[in-house]
Amino acid sequence: MAIEVRIPTILRSYTGGAKVVEGSGDTLADLLTDLDSRHAGLRARLVTDAGALHRFVNVYVNDEDVRFLGALDAKLNDGDSVTILPAVAGGAFGFAAAAAIASHAVAARATAAR
Amino acid sequence: MLSIDRSIIDAIVAHARRDHPDEACGVVAGPAGSDTPTRHIPMDNAARSMTFYEFDSMEQLRVWREMDDRDEEPVVIYHSHTATEAYPSRTDVSFAGEPGAHYLLVSTREPDTEEIRSFRIVDGVVTEEPVEIVDAAVDPHAVQSYMFGQSPATVDYECSDR
Repeated sequence: MAIEVRIPTILRSYTGGAKVVEGSGDTLADLLTDLDSRHAGLRARLVTDAGALHRFVNVYVNDEDVRFLGALDAKLNDGDSVTILPAVAGGAFGFAAAAAIASHAVAARATAAR
Repeated sequence: MLSIDRSIIDAIVAHARRDHPDEACGVVAGPAGSDTPTRHIPMDNAARSMTFYEFDSMEQLRVWREMDDRDEEPVVIYHSHTATEAYPSRTDVSFAGEPGAHYLLVSTREPDTEEIRSFRIVDGVVTEEPVEIVDAAVDPHAVQSYMFGQSPATVDYECSDR
């Protein structure tokens, strides 16, 4: 089954410059493994060593942020469209503290969305 | 070098002043490949913080799709620092994910003057660039003499020494 994946500029070095690639998988994790078999290195830019989705990217299934769909466990169907964007964030604060606040904020929003 | 219209800079500074002491953030879109910022899009700071900013992920998806539909790209990504200088923090560098964008920083720590600086951030390397503010309303042929380093329609900000 085919799922369309939109690749941001910063990751197109892994797709030979392609803006859109196709892949397959029942979950986002499966899809990223499938993509990595043809676009080696792409998965490592999206998934941390600990096996979580990276803070530096936003991944969407159709019109929904996957953080609200179970992140890497998000279910995929034939014909879905996956969009990857660089997260735009920063600020004057130190990185560790900012990341802690951000992950707290994401968790709070995910709770609120339930 | 970032070349940007004065009306857009004024709108960015107004946004930063309005949200002070929280950090403000946004995008200036322009035609793909033109390196010319033309459409100012103030974004919500989802973090609503004095020391951190973050685009709301759903607003970002809408805006990025709209740019795609209009054959535009994010030429400028801006945010404010409200108590420190307009220089990218380690956090800014860690997150910088648009290698083609000009990262514009505005410091609002002084109430009467703004510090406006622009940077390229590629693979973790920060390079400052001059900012040329273009005054589209002025006819460049109307003025016949001007001081060295100035032209009637532009003001050039050189990089600060660091």
